[in-house]
Amino acid sequence: MIYQPVTVPRVSRRGLLGGAAAVSAALLTGCGPSADPASTSAGQPRRGGRLRAAFAGGGVNETLDPHLANLFNEASRAKAMFDKLADYGPDVSIQPRLAERWEPNSDLTRWRITLREATFHDGRPVRAVDVLYSYARITDPERAFRAKASLDLLDLPNSRAVGDRTLELALKRPFAEFPNALAAFGAYIVPEGADSFERPVGSGPFTFDSWQPGRSLLLKRYDGYWEGAAHLDELEYLISNEESARVNALLAGQVEYAHDITPTTARTHADGGRMAVVRMPNSTMQSLAMKVDRPPFDNRDLREAMFLLTDRQQLVDTVLAGSGQVGNDLFGKGYQYYADDIPQRIPDLDRARFLVDKAGARGLRIPLDTASVASGFVEAASVFADQAKQAGLVIEPALGNKDTYWKDILNSGVLASYRSGAMPIETHISQRLLTNSTTNATRWARPEFDARYAEAVSSADEATRRQAYGDMQRTLHAEGGFLIWGFADFLVATAPRVGGVSADAPANTLDWARFDKVWLG
Amino acid sequence: MSLPRYAAGRLLLGLGQVAGITTIVFVLTEALPGDAAVVIAGDHPDPARIAAIRAQLDLDQPAWQRYLDWLTDLIRGDLGVSLISQRPIVERLADSAAATLLLATVTLLVLVPLAVALGMLAARREGGRLDRAVSAVSVALYAVPEFALAILLIAVFGVRLGWLPPTAFGAELLARPAVLVLPLLVLLARPICTISRLTRAGMLDALRGEHVRHARRLGITGSRLWLRHALPGALAPVVQQLARTTDWLLGGVIVVEAVFVIPGLGTALVDAVSTRDIPTVQALCVLVAVTTVVVNLAADLVAFRLAPRIGVVR
Repeated sequence: MIYQPVTVPRVSRRGLLGGAAAVSAALLTGCGPSADPASTSAGQPRRGGRLRAAFAGGGVNETLDPHLANLFNEASRAKAMFDKLADYGPDVSIQPRLAERWEPNSDLTRWRITLREATFHDGRPVRAVDVLYSYARITDPERAFRAKASLDLLDLPNSRAVGDRTLELALKRPFAEFPNALAAFGAYIVPEGADSFERPVGSGPFTFDSWQPGRSLLLKRYDGYWEGAAHLDELEYLISNEESARVNALLAGQVEYAHDITPTTARTHADGGRMAVVRMPNSTMQSLAMKVDRPPFDNRDLREAMFLLTDRQQLVDTVLAGSGQVGNDLFGKGYQYYADDIPQRIPDLDRARFLVDKAGARGLRIPLDTASVASGFVEAASVFADQAKQAGLVIEPALGNKDTYWKDILNSGVLASYRSGAMPIETHISQRLLTNSTTNATRWARPEFDARYAEAVSSADEATRRQAYGDMQRTLHAEGGFLIWGFADFLVATAPRVGGVSADAPANTLDWARFDKVWLG
Repeated sequence: MSLPRYAAGRLLLGLGQVAGITTIVFVLTEALPGDAAVVIAGDHPDPARIAAIRAQLDLDQPAWQRYLDWLTDLIRGDLGVSLISQRPIVERLADSAAATLLLATVTLLVLVPLAVALGMLAARREGGRLDRAVSAVSVALYAVPEFALAILLIAVFGVRLGWLPPTAFGAELLARPAVLVLPLLVLLARPICTISRLTRAGMLDALRGEHVRHARRLGITGSRLWLRHALPGALAPVVQQLARTTDWLLGGVIVVEAVFVIPGLGTALVDAVSTRDIPTVQALCVLVAVTTVVVNLAADLVAFRLAPRIGVVR
């Protein structure tokens, strides 16, 4: 699961019309660098009004099926109309949602889940059978829903509803982090039998009102929402893949919220007083993936040289235009179980040169696969190539096909641009760093590492798990294949009178792109 | 050659063109790099998931089999089902087509009288002040790329001055005509030049021609001479240029749709290509091809009627 979205159109079209927003900005403000304001005049929460939110989207063939959610706007609409049993908090730890609580048996293979008292928009209560139906639909072998991989360890034939609001989920193997699966991207609870989502019925804070595919989706407040009704009367999603159009519409008062804007836009409009910018830090990991199973990066010294030659601050300043923080070659900065006791790596060119020589790699030409599949990839590749030159390595960026990029870099090449949205550190490890992981882009395969992971997830004791995750991160920091140089902020812009947009929710967590806590001042 | 005979010949040619285009469309979309399953899987390219998507979308069938199935459906008027929405394509494309059609119609309604009138005015005194002014302005407009003009207009009138909505976000286009003003200006910029220049040239030619001189000798003068005798001959080449413009508009002008957020056929095509929604790409290509053939057929017939001597054989 990933939490990605970005693969689809927005980047190419930003390329096509790049600069459109900049022109408006120049005319509007006269263009001067400045700090962020995020100054809103929203005041106290107030009930009422219609918030119009502009997102990039999938076009006329988009769907409202929450299990198919993939793009940013699909994820946001899914959480407006539906709930999961659990979701990611600001530190990507698991927060109970429709599940009030869960309790595993002693060997972690059966989980007893108690649901909250919640109702679907048509008034029916959310019951255990709805959960079982939803998970059966997601894991249907005939279909390819995104959350399937996360829920694959469910043993549904042996799971059962104990009562209306209690169920027991059986697992195929012991798994202490099962709540991570309940919060997986797309693991929404739909009413039993629901298979058509032209007029979705969910249990979320907003009900469906009307929909013009590729153009707009209008939702209304659901007064019976279990967590308390939303502030807004209505929420309208509008679609444009052109960042400049989203920003222009916001500046002209046609929308109140513009999702996913560039740091350049944020900077140019910072002082204009016509928009507030909300930054969500630690949203996107920015990295290079070295394949550790083949030359040249099967050489541990060379990997360490790569870690040491990288000027992370320069990458953050140039590629992310300062909208981000440096990384420490570890995934999940600021997330639960992140090993922040490991000292931050700082550039050491002398030692990097020494290690390059020791690896016999001086002057070695190394192709770096990249593509304009995510913003900043190509720029980062060229900045990094300059940095590597100083340590005696010749990094040669090679532009690939952006449509098939993620599959292409999985098995071929030696070095590739890589990024990831937020997910629990355990999920990152299980999907990318185990011998049998399906998306192991660094080809990291260590039996002792696999064993440490297995030990962690079969332990009911949180301290034991924390210890194991810490050890695994120390190994990765010392000699792993991911060179994680930074974490990009996720930026949204709002009209100054919009309040309640969370600033500490990394992209893909519960509070990101969430509107039931938002109001119009 | 009589008109019906000419029309029949052109119609047959048109059918052949559509048939050829459908084949080319299928072959070309097959040749797009990366199959839909890989694109849909995105940055979570779990091989099992890709295989499942591929099976679900029937992409595991051989290409010729899918081509035959597609062609059979097409002949029955069935454009197929979108890979992404799993819904019939016609259902979703109707709204896009309506938006594009509306914009094209409005543009043409303004363009034709305006450009023809400008061309005629310019032709009244060849080399006169008005003639030079019209030429200078229209050529200057022609020289500005659409997206540059669009961005400039939005920045000035939409954002800075706030006189006009900068985008058509979520608006019913007809209910809020103001959203159409800026896109309309952008769409008019180039055709106004070509059409008015062609009208001017055609008028000057016609006024010098034998037909008009004969009318003059018969004592016909003034607007009657201009409108009834000179204009029809002058319009034959204009009609064919107009066909090209119409065709361009009906295909959905991607840049204008993107900048102004008008969800028309151009946007639909870009979205379909980027999500590898092959059936939708194919349906759109066929739609655009048929439109082109029909519009040009109509234009040729009109031109034939206006000036049969020209012999618009193509």
